[in-house]
Amino acid sequence: MSEQKYSDLIRSFIVDNFLFGDDSQLKNDTPLFEKGIVDSTGVLELVSFIEENYKITILDDELVQDNFSSINSIEKFLQNKLNHKNS
Amino acid sequence: MCGISGILNLKENAPISPDQLRVMSYALKHRGPDEAGAYLDDYIGLAQSRLSIIDLSGGSQPIHNEENSLWIIFNGEIFNYPELREELIKLGHKFYTNTDTEVILHLYEEKNEKCLDYLNGQFAFAIWNIKKKELFLARDRVGILPLFFKLESNKFYFASELKAIFAVTDESPKFDPVGFEQIFTFWTNLPGDTPFKDYKEIPPAHFLKINFEGKFILKPYWQLQFKKENDLKDFPVSEINDRASELLTDAVRIRLRADVPVGSYLSGGLDSSGLTAIVKKKFNNELRTFGISFEEEAFDESSFQKLMVNYLQTNHSEVYAKNSDIGKYFSDIIYFGERPVFRTAPAPLYLLSKKVREENFKVVLTGEGADEIFGGYNIFKEAKIRKFWSNNPDSKLRSKLLKKLYPYIFKDKRLFNTLEAFFKVGIDEPDNPFFSHIVRWTNNSKLKNFFSDEFKDQIKDYNAVDEFLLKLPDDFDSWETLSKAQYLEITTFMSGYLLSSQGDRMAMGNSVELRVPYLDHRLIEFMSTVPAKYKIFGLNEKYILKKVFQDSLPKEVLYRAKNPYRAPIRNSFFDNNDFNTEDILSEEKLIQSGVFNPSKVKLLLQKAKKSNSLSELDNMALAGIISTQLLSEHFIASKKNFNIDNYHFKIFFDNRTNN
Repeated sequence: MSEQKYSDLIRSFIVDNFLFGDDSQLKNDTPLFEKGIVDSTGVLELVSFIEENYKITILDDELVQDNFSSINSIEKFLQNKLNHKNS
Repeated sequence: MCGISGILNLKENAPISPDQLRVMSYALKHRGPDEAGAYLDDYIGLAQSRLSIIDLSGGSQPIHNEENSLWIIFNGEIFNYPELREELIKLGHKFYTNTDTEVILHLYEEKNEKCLDYLNGQFAFAIWNIKKKELFLARDRVGILPLFFKLESNKFYFASELKAIFAVTDESPKFDPVGFEQIFTFWTNLPGDTPFKDYKEIPPAHFLKINFEGKFILKPYWQLQFKKENDLKDFPVSEINDRASELLTDAVRIRLRADVPVGSYLSGGLDSSGLTAIVKKKFNNELRTFGISFEEEAFDESSFQKLMVNYLQTNHSEVYAKNSDIGKYFSDIIYFGERPVFRTAPAPLYLLSKKVREENFKVVLTGEGADEIFGGYNIFKEAKIRKFWSNNPDSKLRSKLLKKLYPYIFKDKRLFNTLEAFFKVGIDEPDNPFFSHIVRWTNNSKLKNFFSDEFKDQIKDYNAVDEFLLKLPDDFDSWETLSKAQYLEITTFMSGYLLSSQGDRMAMGNSVELRVPYLDHRLIEFMSTVPAKYKIFGLNEKYILKKVFQDSLPKEVLYRAKNPYRAPIRNSFFDNNDFNTEDILSEEKLIQSGVFNPSKVKLLLQKAKKSNSLSELDNMALAGIISTQLLSEHFIASKKNFNIDNYHFKIFFDNRTNN
């Protein structure tokens, strides 16, 4: 799976579910929590979307701000996690 | 309680018809179903719809003075009227009724606008001064009762509810984008504004004078004022408790004055339990109480109600709020409330007042105001913690105090970082006058994302928070953090939402009058001199009030964790045969009202349909958008025709020259 793929899917989930279609303010490095785009309930929605979609389980210690602070950081986290899974 | 309304000609006489007054009065019939009365001359028409509570047979309105030169219509109660009446009689005034209404009129005759300083109560009234050709309108100190107006070039309209003005003006009302920018920030308008363009509300603690020449004055007669931090006297807690207890007991005593029985709401929380205990133990052993239980367990507090009913042995009635009923009556609550709402919590209160009325009660006491005056809300404690945190923003320990405050939202350990970021908004500006409320308002403001581009264009650069900043009292910066937070809470959320959308309007929708002892101005003024450290002792909220009730309430109620009063949102609007969410949020209707972006609303609707555990923000969006659409349907999309064929004034004073 190419790098771009995770970002696109995550991005479209965030745009549809938290921004209701308005992606004008969202860049891949926009801080999701600080900008208030994703709130605490939103994190859980996002996590279950990722878990269902990639058939993985995100562990408690993986759910830290570093991994979910922006679309880019989610991308990076998923790359590591999924590569690890596939290897 | 009652409904009042009227039309004043400006500069030129144009006939005001009795039918116009009948329509206005009829539009407010729910506020006063017992009888109606009117006064009409060449300049003005006044109408009143009456709910008879004092001097049942002799108190018909309008009421006039000895020489018929002053005429009054009145909505509300002046609780200290017997004492004022005695004074006025000593001064030579002659009374022809036993009402509080007539007391206001003679007091006005004596003191002009200074009469307002003497009134203890909840009120909105209009006095027509024939000699001066001047209309005088006034509203109580914290806005327990409503009063709206519209000023046109040659007419001035006023009424207890906007619908009465809509019914007699030619042009149909339009939404005011500026009003919506306020509502989608504070959950209500800034004092004086409404969701409708050119329609205004008299702000709490203000009077308005307008004469036939069009000379217009709108002025405050009282200020919600806290002491400067440095001027606060440190007096012993026992002294504070005694004084608060004495004032509260007296506030309750005079609020039991009525010629009909007075009941009490009992939620099972500290505030209403304490009030009920005072009434039961000191004044009325036969007390009737009323409470709500919920279908959804998460919202239900009825176990505490039962505990209190057993403890105080009151005769209690309960209304069971089903999710489907909350949806079913939601349209009605918007009709009566006349503002968008972001929760469904007004609906169960509407059901409760319905129950009260069915049990033949017209008047109930309620515990509103205690949290604001005695320092009960989490937002106050949150401000205290955030202030402490702001002294060392990098501290990993200070922010953990928030867990103590919101254990239920912090229960998932994984979310700590996100929540910490949420509450960290504004932490770098501890001196910002809005420090306490900035987290909430920032969060509310996210809902403006749903506004349509056209609507956003009309809002332009207007910013509600900036406007509020200009309206703060001069010495606001020198107040304690808690005092500031109390002021912000009282002037926005309490007056504009709790007392209206969730208070007067929900009770009056079923012709029930609420009385609010915690908002007796003597108590407000006294508590505003008490240092914050006693109101919230550590993180123990309403410390003084708990002391006041120490010996009269069971420990379980006294020391229970505070639960905000809420009602289900998403589950009331979906899978409900009595509520058609899809229709209300249809693209066609969204385009018609013009406020929201239809494609965004569509995505929200899809999300809400799928999920039965929507986020807080999505639930707010859902309620806010649905209620706005209903508001548009009720008042903008079509003009309501009131059939007044069988509606007549019991008394009608016709002073027109060419009659």
